[in-house]
Amino acid sequence: MEFDVVDLPDADHPEVGDTAPDFTRPLVNEEYWEDRSLSSLTADGPVLLVAHPMDGGFPATYVWREIDDREWTDEVDVVGLSISTPYEHGSLLDEHGRDAQLFSDPGAGVAELYGIEHDLDGMTGIVEHRPAMFLLAEDRTVEYAWVASEWPDFADYDAVEAAIEAL
Amino acid sequence: MSEEPPITLYRLQACPFCERVVRMLDEYGIDYRSRFVEPMHSDRNVVKRLSGKRSVPALVDGNTGVTMSESGNIVEYLEKTYGGEA
Repeated sequence: MEFDVVDLPDADHPEVGDTAPDFTRPLVNEEYWEDRSLSSLTADGPVLLVAHPMDGGFPATYVWREIDDREWTDEVDVVGLSISTPYEHGSLLDEHGRDAQLFSDPGAGVAELYGIEHDLDGMTGIVEHRPAMFLLAEDRTVEYAWVASEWPDFADYDAVEAAIEAL
Repeated sequence: MSEEPPITLYRLQACPFCERVVRMLDEYGIDYRSRFVEPMHSDRNVVKRLSGKRSVPALVDGNTGVTMSESGNIVEYLEKTYGGEA
């Protein structure tokens, strides 16, 4: 049987060489959450920003399982982004995302800012983030960008890893 | 890093004792950073490490090096330390 994927409309997202837009949202770690800006994180070093569908579904779980297996948090500051609340992010971090932190963006405002909104079919009123990865330098210059063009869709993890190693 | 306020308040969402401290901070116009912790008492290791107790609110004041918990103590401390400047 043909696997049925849906094409997503073109995304107008930050490209390699652009400066990624700054934003502030609650950032969740294993112990607490607080308002943090993206720029305050990049100021400390490169950041891999990982936007993903809401916590609890298989796309989010698969992404974090892969990141854990590849031990990216040893190489770069890995920061997730989804519409899930800080409490849900706390539950995700109990299982996955070792040494990662997660931005909570329930209103999907950051999704809009990055041009990666996804209106969910059959879930009225819910807009979330398309799967996307942006590797950012200290000044938020985009070093690598990938945004899903199909649903479901997963990043080319080897390509992301090569970009991390090239930092 | 961005400019961080010297005062950090560890709080629990909708905890009246925490809101009491927030009201006092706002009243004195004191800039502070909020860190929200887990509802589960046993999961609040960050607060335990700082103050020796798992209770919130807990306040860390980088201006004076003081760390304390219990809203009554904190309110009294804020009055004594910052009340005169209001």
